[in-house]
Amino acid sequence: MAQITLDKLAHSYLNNPKTDSDFALKEIDYVWDDGGAYALLGPSGCGKTTLLNIISGLLVPSKGRVLFDDRDVTNFQPEQRNIAQVFQFPVIYDTMTVRQNLEFPLKNRNVPKNEISKRVEEMIEVLDLGNKANLKARGLTADEKQKISLGRGLVRYDVNAILFDEPLTVIDPHMKWQLRTKLKDLHRQFNHTMIYVTHDQTEAMTFADKVVVMYEGEVVQIGTPEELYDEPKHTFVGYFIGSPGMNIIPVDVVGNQAKIGNHSINLKGDYASLTGKVELGIRPEFVSLNKIESGIPVQITGTDDIGRFKIIHATIDDFEMNIVLNEGQSIPSNPYIKFETSRINIYQNDHLVRPMINGRGI
Amino acid sequence: MEKTYNNKAWLLVIPVFILVALSAIIPIMTVVNYSVQDTFGGNKFFWVGTEWFTDVLRSERFHNALGRNLLFSFIILCIEIPLGIWIALAMPRKGIWVPVCLIMMALPLLIPWNVVGTIWQIFARGDIGLLGHTMSLLGVDYNYTNNIFDAWVTIIIMDVWHWTSLVVLLCYAGLVSIPEAYYQAARIDGASKWSIFRFIQLPKMRGVLIIAFLLRFMDSFMIYTEPFVLTGGGPGNSTTFLSIDLVKQAIGQFDLGPAAAMSLIYQLIVLLICYVFFTVMSHVGTDRPIQEKVE
Amino acid sequence: MLELQNLSKKVGNSIHINNVSLTLEKGSLYVLLGSTLSGKTSLMRLMAGLDKPTSGDILMNGQSVLKTPVQKRNIAMVYQQFINYPAFSVYENIASPLRVAGIDNNLIDIKVREAADLMKLTPYLDRGVLNLSGGQQQRTALARALVKGAELVLLDEPLANLDYKLREELRIELPRIFAEAGAIFVYATTEPQEALLLGGKTVTLREGSVTQFGKTIDVYNKPTNLETAQTFSDPPMNVIPMQKRGVEFTFSYGQVNCPKNLQSLPDGSYSIGIRPHHLMLNQTEATTLKIEAPVSSTEISGSETFIHVSQGDLKLVVLTHGVHRVGISDQVVIYIDPSKFFVFDQHDTLVSAPNVGIA
Repeated sequence: MAQITLDKLAHSYLNNPKTDSDFALKEIDYVWDDGGAYALLGPSGCGKTTLLNIISGLLVPSKGRVLFDDRDVTNFQPEQRNIAQVFQFPVIYDTMTVRQNLEFPLKNRNVPKNEISKRVEEMIEVLDLGNKANLKARGLTADEKQKISLGRGLVRYDVNAILFDEPLTVIDPHMKWQLRTKLKDLHRQFNHTMIYVTHDQTEAMTFADKVVVMYEGEVVQIGTPEELYDEPKHTFVGYFIGSPGMNIIPVDVVGNQAKIGNHSINLKGDYASLTGKVELGIRPEFVSLNKIESGIPVQITGTDDIGRFKIIHATIDDFEMNIVLNEGQSIPSNPYIKFETSRINIYQNDHLVRPMINGRGI
Repeated sequence: MEKTYNNKAWLLVIPVFILVALSAIIPIMTVVNYSVQDTFGGNKFFWVGTEWFTDVLRSERFHNALGRNLLFSFIILCIEIPLGIWIALAMPRKGIWVPVCLIMMALPLLIPWNVVGTIWQIFARGDIGLLGHTMSLLGVDYNYTNNIFDAWVTIIIMDVWHWTSLVVLLCYAGLVSIPEAYYQAARIDGASKWSIFRFIQLPKMRGVLIIAFLLRFMDSFMIYTEPFVLTGGGPGNSTTFLSIDLVKQAIGQFDLGPAAAMSLIYQLIVLLICYVFFTVMSHVGTDRPIQEKVE
Repeated sequence: MLELQNLSKKVGNSIHINNVSLTLEKGSLYVLLGSTLSGKTSLMRLMAGLDKPTSGDILMNGQSVLKTPVQKRNIAMVYQQFINYPAFSVYENIASPLRVAGIDNNLIDIKVREAADLMKLTPYLDRGVLNLSGGQQQRTALARALVKGAELVLLDEPLANLDYKLREELRIELPRIFAEAGAIFVYATTEPQEALLLGGKTVTLREGSVTQFGKTIDVYNKPTNLETAQTFSDPPMNVIPMQKRGVEFTFSYGQVNCPKNLQSLPDGSYSIGIRPHHLMLNQTEATTLKIEAPVSSTEISGSETFIHVSQGDLKLVVLTHGVHRVGISDQVVIYIDPSKFFVFDQHDTLVSAPNVGIA
């Protein structure tokens, strides 16, 4: 177990990077706590795999340092960093049985035989592979193979961190669910630092204590799932997290009122005068749909029924937005919407702005 | 994928069919014809049934030649397969040197076979050949024309020089297709180079190795040109392989009957060994259903 | 209209498709929902003509197309791996089926631009296809499939290789595109959410057999058997085996009075299915069933919490709104409204499903 520090880390795949856009990973300074469960979340090409490979040692960064506890491991190979990695597709030794696969990393480290058996048996138990332990690993299903990949990392004594690179990609939704829960349990049980790369926000949010949201090589926000959900610091985070994502509507903000066309919306506080692109962010779950003529009238353009709730697509004037309606609620014929005041966020040029306290802005 | 039935396809096949018929099927039928007949001359043939076949199978000459072939193929496979794997492992997989290495490996395969024989013939000569001369300078008594052991060694080295590249290129193709993640995982597991070879590279090369084995076995078993040019079958008949013997009988002695019978038997032996080998290799280490336990 | 009559496909000893009969109408979207090996791809390949069925018939507009080679059938297919002609530009990729059909260049131009506009690819028409992002490449493949004006468009998990958010965006666009194109669309997926978002009609497949066929939301609300219910549930439906005696349901950890509409069911063993979001943490008048169990794990996804409880062989998943921080091994009390029960008999057939309220 180790604390991982990223010191002014940046990476470019080009030999002579000049501008900011030449960097696949822009400068990042962060300390990952020992034993934490982290997720690196972002769309393809955002740099999350680059960051993971730098932490694991498969890639040497062009700038900055990586420290495990106090050791500078920037130039160390993966085997010298004592990390384990689970890849997108299951990587197992075809010719070995499940048990032999799990014994392999320990044998290579010259762990005494009886220690190996004890540890491996424990792992087989924890991973629910008991009845398949003597079968050739090749014949197992995808999720069982991923468990073996994971097991090879967990079985070692000297693991500083376990890194996951979109490990549930090849798994069926039904098994994805089980494996995710299993990973969380394992994290609780073994307390390793775990870093999980994904583009699926449900995976990230359910697994991690802290989520690092990345976009185009930059870390946009690091926070707990609740923080990211309630107060996304950037409109991208608001959009990316939540299914459907946050509604972003251009508004004019004066004092404690936001104006969309002729309609006024109450805000939770007074805002300083804002320039540039000013937008209001509200999650579809916090927009209520009423028949009573109070609130803002909307036109409903479509409905998606996904069983436990419905997604209503609507427009205010010309701006599109989504509303979530719970099971059992009906759609009024003359719809008006109201926003839950405490859940409204205001953004200036894509960045979160907080209301003033005592007449002073933040 | 099942191809849909398309009659037009037959039209495209006819020219090939005609060519193959003229150059292969008809000659083979002629050989079969000869193998069951005998003549007293004057182009008059009469049926002798399987007499030639039993003659050939009983003849010591045939047994000796067959023995030489088997020994030769065995030695060749023992050397070329491991050597080929070793060279393929050593070749770079990325960077500028890749095309250079690939071309260097391909070169020996491009040389016409009788030229290969001639190159080595001169190379190994004691008076003007670089190898031969060096050997005599070193004080080694080396003469492939009248020493059986030297002749064999020369032929073997010549074949290794000529054909190992094929094994190398096949193995290289197999190695290159292994996803990088396997190597990364092995490094993380702390695996030694030998373990990586044994547990990742070798299993993943199984397919190409089967092909390499089959090709090298077939080619070495049917070898003709290179030893013929180099030693002509000598000294004596120590390097007279089945193919060379066959030609001697058919064209030299004009014993068409036994020659035809021998060529058919030869063909059948090759087919049989290849079939057995392929069947065995395809089933070794393949997927068994999950229910089956492995001891 | 596409009709599949008693279609079966056997390979060696394994049955890939087992006696499937379906009727697919023009201008509609059909979702094939099932796990990875359920037979979705095999079925689509049979529909396309890429494989021959072992028995059964396929009729397009009343005529058997079994003997028609796939090139002659008017179909288009989109795969999971964005398959485009790597050497062509986006324009040429979309134009390719039209060029093969020998259509005049001016008409090709109009159609290509129409399809590109629909898929929002107009600014990228001149770019090499490999220089585009995954989402754009898949849109190119889709445009190519649409431009043909094919009668049958088959999509085999086309969004599976795309980012989560991109998948969401395309899922919103797809129904609109399908509605405009007027062909028969068959869309294979493993994700129940996707089926619900796409709408249309759903065919649930399990091990080569059709377990249910109907309007997607109907299949969701009234799965005819336990298998369909499990296939169509994410997170998985909770199943509790219960015994009915008189007006009570009893099980290993408690009992509850049957709701009125279930009282007339014959006594015996049943499997009761309850969706995770019908397990509540707070009591209301309707929630007459109470289960107390220790928490085995929790997962917080920002706005919702999944609480897993486990007691003996009873394993349940609760989905609640908001963030609930419960500790492991803490006891929680779960309240369930029995009117939300899905009742399955011993043969796993649906006996009763809850009314889900007015839409």
